[in-house]
Amino acid sequence: MRRAWRWLVPLSAVPVLAVLAYGFLLDPRSIPSPLVGRPAAPFSLTAFDGSPVSLEAWRGQVVVVNFWASWCKPACYDEAPVLERAWRTYRDRGLVVVGVDMQDTPEAARAFIRQFQLTFPNAPDDGGKVAVEYGVYGVPETFFVDRTGTIRAKHVGAVTDEVIRATLEPLL
Amino acid sequence: MRRSSRCSDAGAARWRAIAALGGALVMLATLAWGQPPARPLSDETAYQIASELRCVVCQNLSVADSPSEMAAQMRAIVRERLAAGDSPEQVREYFVARYGEWILLKPRRSGFNLVVWGVPIAAVLLGLVAVGVLLRRWTRRPAVPAAQLDAAMSERIRRELEREP
Repeated sequence: MRRAWRWLVPLSAVPVLAVLAYGFLLDPRSIPSPLVGRPAAPFSLTAFDGSPVSLEAWRGQVVVVNFWASWCKPACYDEAPVLERAWRTYRDRGLVVVGVDMQDTPEAARAFIRQFQLTFPNAPDDGGKVAVEYGVYGVPETFFVDRTGTIRAKHVGAVTDEVIRATLEPLL
Repeated sequence: MRRSSRCSDAGAARWRAIAALGGALVMLATLAWGQPPARPLSDETAYQIASELRCVVCQNLSVADSPSEMAAQMRAIVRERLAAGDSPEQVREYFVARYGEWILLKPRRSGFNLVVWGVPIAAVLLGLVAVGVLLRRWTRRPAVPAAQLDAAMSERIRRELEREP
């Protein structure tokens, strides 16, 4: 009886240590989005060039919704050419890339668009409504919407050509 | 007859005026008492909800406390949804549906989260039981038997006590 008690104290530490060890394996910054697998929230914005930007209008196409800001350095600067490249490569196969500019000034945003000669639609998200609709907590974040209008993937941080290829190919 | 009828007319008119005045007062009172609390209540509720939401661009700050633009936009959305007739729970649910439960600074009291509330209570109860068991064990231990004094020793103690001046 006494012997059993003597072992019980150190043994009780084992599950606690196991929980702590498991916690160390997790990335506290990775927060799974509940939106993956759900219908993408519709939004209507006006692009910097004055044209209407509406997710509904692109139903039936694969849409990449990218949240960015001109002050987001270097990640947004890294991915801008990648997005432009993806748009030019896949637009014939039914891809639309749309940039949503968050918490920015129009001048800085226009300068950013000029700098990277972005040709896909970019629109300012005044009031941050679209960002909150998409559960965005930082820039850049990118959502991949399939032809049925369902969010199939979310990428946090700058997208690379590999991420674009791996995520888009199965959707196109 | 005429006079009395006129008199009663005047009386009725007076009563009507008093009734109208009373009605107006009641209406004013409802406006004054019923209307204003609606605004502050909504502000209070909005603040309450915002203080329970995590500011997404900060470290350990609520949407109510953060000076960031994103938090300001989220506060505006909270107020907007309340104004549109959403209940506080619906507003919270709106954010949870988009950001996950991570957005709530206080985990919900359901499912696995109950562990957070349950473990401290269980630990306290376990501690109390342990203390109780130990106390009983210690108090039950047989008292150390009083040292046996032999006759010579007690005689000596008695003598020394008597010697005291």
